[in-house]
Amino acid sequence: MIDLTVNQARRELDLPGDTPLLWALRDRLGLTGTKFGCGIGSCGACIVHLDGDPVNACMTSLSAAAGKSVTTIEGLNDDIALALRSAWISEQVPQCGYCQPGQIMAAAALLARHPRPTDAQITAAMDRVLCRCGTYNRVRRAIHRAASPTLEAT
Amino acid sequence: MARRLRLDRRAFLLGTAAGGGLLLGLHLPLETRAEATPGAGPRPGHKTPFAPNAWIRIEPDGDIAFIVARSEMGQGVMTALPMLLAEELDLGLDQIRVRFAPVAPAYANRLLGRQATGGSTSVRDAWTKLRAAGALTRRLLVQAAAARWGVEADACSVHRGEVIHPGGDRRLGYGELAGAAARMPPPVSVSLKAPEAWTLIGTPAPRLDAPDKVTGRARFGIDVRLTDMVVASIERCPVPGGKVQSFDAAAAEAIPGVKRVLAVAAGVAVVAADTHAALAGRRALRVQWDLGPHAETSSAGIRAQFERRFADSGVSVRREGDPDAAWSAAARTLEAVYEVPFQAHACMEPMNCTADVRADGCDIYVPTQAQSRCQHTAMAITGLSAQQVRVHTTFLGGGFGRRGEQDFVRDAVSLSKALGRPVQVIWTREDDIRHDFYRPAGLHRLRGGLDLDGMPVLWKHHIVCPSILARVRPAAVADGIDRTAVEGAVNLPYSIANIALACSLEHTPVPVGFWRAVGSSQNTWVTECFLDELAAAGGQDPLALRRGLLADAPRHLGVLNLAAERAGWDTPSGAGRHRGIAVAASYGSYVAQVAEVSVSAGQVRVHRVVCAVDCGLVVNPDIVIAQMESCIAFGLTATLKSAITVSQGRVQQGNFDDFPLLRMSDMPEISVHILPSNAAPGGVGEPGLPPIAPAVCNAVLAATGTPVRSLPIRLEAAPPQRPAPQADRS
Repeated sequence: MIDLTVNQARRELDLPGDTPLLWALRDRLGLTGTKFGCGIGSCGACIVHLDGDPVNACMTSLSAAAGKSVTTIEGLNDDIALALRSAWISEQVPQCGYCQPGQIMAAAALLARHPRPTDAQITAAMDRVLCRCGTYNRVRRAIHRAASPTLEAT
Repeated sequence: MARRLRLDRRAFLLGTAAGGGLLLGLHLPLETRAEATPGAGPRPGHKTPFAPNAWIRIEPDGDIAFIVARSEMGQGVMTALPMLLAEELDLGLDQIRVRFAPVAPAYANRLLGRQATGGSTSVRDAWTKLRAAGALTRRLLVQAAAARWGVEADACSVHRGEVIHPGGDRRLGYGELAGAAARMPPPVSVSLKAPEAWTLIGTPAPRLDAPDKVTGRARFGIDVRLTDMVVASIERCPVPGGKVQSFDAAAAEAIPGVKRVLAVAAGVAVVAADTHAALAGRRALRVQWDLGPHAETSSAGIRAQFERRFADSGVSVRREGDPDAAWSAAARTLEAVYEVPFQAHACMEPMNCTADVRADGCDIYVPTQAQSRCQHTAMAITGLSAQQVRVHTTFLGGGFGRRGEQDFVRDAVSLSKALGRPVQVIWTREDDIRHDFYRPAGLHRLRGGLDLDGMPVLWKHHIVCPSILARVRPAAVADGIDRTAVEGAVNLPYSIANIALACSLEHTPVPVGFWRAVGSSQNTWVTECFLDELAAAGGQDPLALRRGLLADAPRHLGVLNLAAERAGWDTPSGAGRHRGIAVAASYGSYVAQVAEVSVSAGQVRVHRVVCAVDCGLVVNPDIVIAQMESCIAFGLTATLKSAITVSQGRVQQGNFDDFPLLRMSDMPEISVHILPSNAAPGGVGEPGLPPIAPAVCNAVLAATGTPVRSLPIRLEAAPPQRPAPQADRS
């Protein structure tokens, strides 16, 4: 039995410790917003926050998450998340949308650390998330927009 | 002036006769509507909605649903198609809900002949059809209101879902009118709004799918969860055409959660309670393969196979002037061989399908571009009738042509039939990269001739590549020409006196399929790069040469000039920066791009792309811009980063470590400029792709003086790139 907190709720999971967090979330807890893209930590579609840090859920074992707090796209509801979602819609970022939960999770972790990120900081934080539709420039603009209350107000 | 469409009763009687299909959806008699569009009927517990056609459902309580019969894979159909209906109905997009259509004849794409999404056809197919559907519905609602008020219908107006009394003081909502409108006799003709009256078409209306896509609520195929569903993962033979010889399931079956290991048509399936167990079972599975006849296939062998075809002249596709005489007479000649590798689609959502086959019916939940084909696939496997097979289209995590294929559908339907319960088949990324239907590899020989002034007088192009249509529609290549293999080359727009295009279709064991912009995605690279080679040989500016040769191609010229102007072609490009330009027409639209690159230590960096597009009348300009950005990014991966290679019959790449995609750090600044046009709408999901590879390579030619003749770009000084070693499960 593995204890962890998922989106602020305590969960006990009767799963092998080597189960990737990704599949525990998707198949056991029904949290399908976290996506499977590569299984090798190369695409970022499965990024969740583990005690606030962005991690690839496909490369994080359930035992590594034991006792920790996991936030998924479904549970991301703080001020940063609201600003990001609003900016994402203002910039019309999503196309197919499959990578977008990972993009937003990575962006939220970035803004928590750097409330006014530079272009270089955005690239460094977001380079781990692939988007086959090529929404990168809009992702960048949306992060700047979310980080700028004046811009967001216009 | 408003356009008046005559609603021809014969359209219904003639069924799907050419052109008649346009009005078929409008003319389904009431009693057949529910049958014609199963699953698009009333919500449970609700009265029958006002369903004037296959795309519009108005409930008495005012709930309005639009049925979208195309697959939303990022290109924006879930927003653009409702805009066409909403425009004529005077509804705001905030007043409607969207449902994806079931599979039904009324939803056929007349440009593809079946219910499918591809070829950048969605708006082109829907442009008149959906506006007419909206206008007809509005007419019935207005007539119903006018009858209730005892006034002339033409004196009434509509605004945001309400019919307004001629006096302006009374209003009736569409929901209130639904019952009466359903009893109104259909009009014999209907007027479409004049473009000056449009309030929605032409505006950057926000995408309807965006809210669900920023919260994680959007449901993709991989997110489908059914009661009693099991998850399956299939080990496939690493060599195409191979078969299972034997397998040892013991270790796999020992994995907790694994329920069954069984041979299926595609290989060996591991069926488990959840995805993790299915994938763990696959890792433990041991399969002995009969690799079949193709275990020695290699990229080098395929190239040699292609090269041998240059010995014959191929099948003539286009011939003008006297190319052979021109070759001898030219003041200067140039010859070049261009090489294109296989390319994978690499949709971010790996292939998957969920099927529930029962004795009396089958439900398929699938991210597909090809609903009709899915239905036929399931009918063939299960023996069920069309009415018994229901296709539920989810959001698609990318499509790009890959999701028109049926392999993942066959996997799920056959397994669900065998197991008698709902099955979700999920592919790994390695399955996806190694078992794709790849963009065809190809070898191109170009011969050009210049006159004494350096102007091209001869253009000879011989294409050798495998045929996609030979697999999917063999009759279409009976004459030895696959139109998808020559598109982008056969429509070379330049005025050159002597032109010869030939093609040789050469089969290889590597499966090939439609990849975003198909033939144009690579042929345009070849033709636009070779034109720059001719420009350099003739001492001409690439833009000036194109202008000189495009005097009779105004739409090419329009986007070419716009892109050049916005890129500042005539101004210096800055230290270390070099520009390249390319122009192409595909899928009814015209796109020119200028790429600005630098080359340093053998590495090419694309800093900026200026894109000009003429796609005719624009439904949603922001979606057009987004699609141009998307096409550029997609094309840049194939230009700069990745290729599929084959050794010992096996695809050598398997995941994003050795098939890298463009990342944010590779992404250029992009500006898109839409050329205003009153022409009929063209496609936008693909036409932005063909010019990017040649624009970049032409900039590299400008930077280095050496043409790029194979993709992806690998310059001499580049350090050898070796894929990271990877465990092979096979």
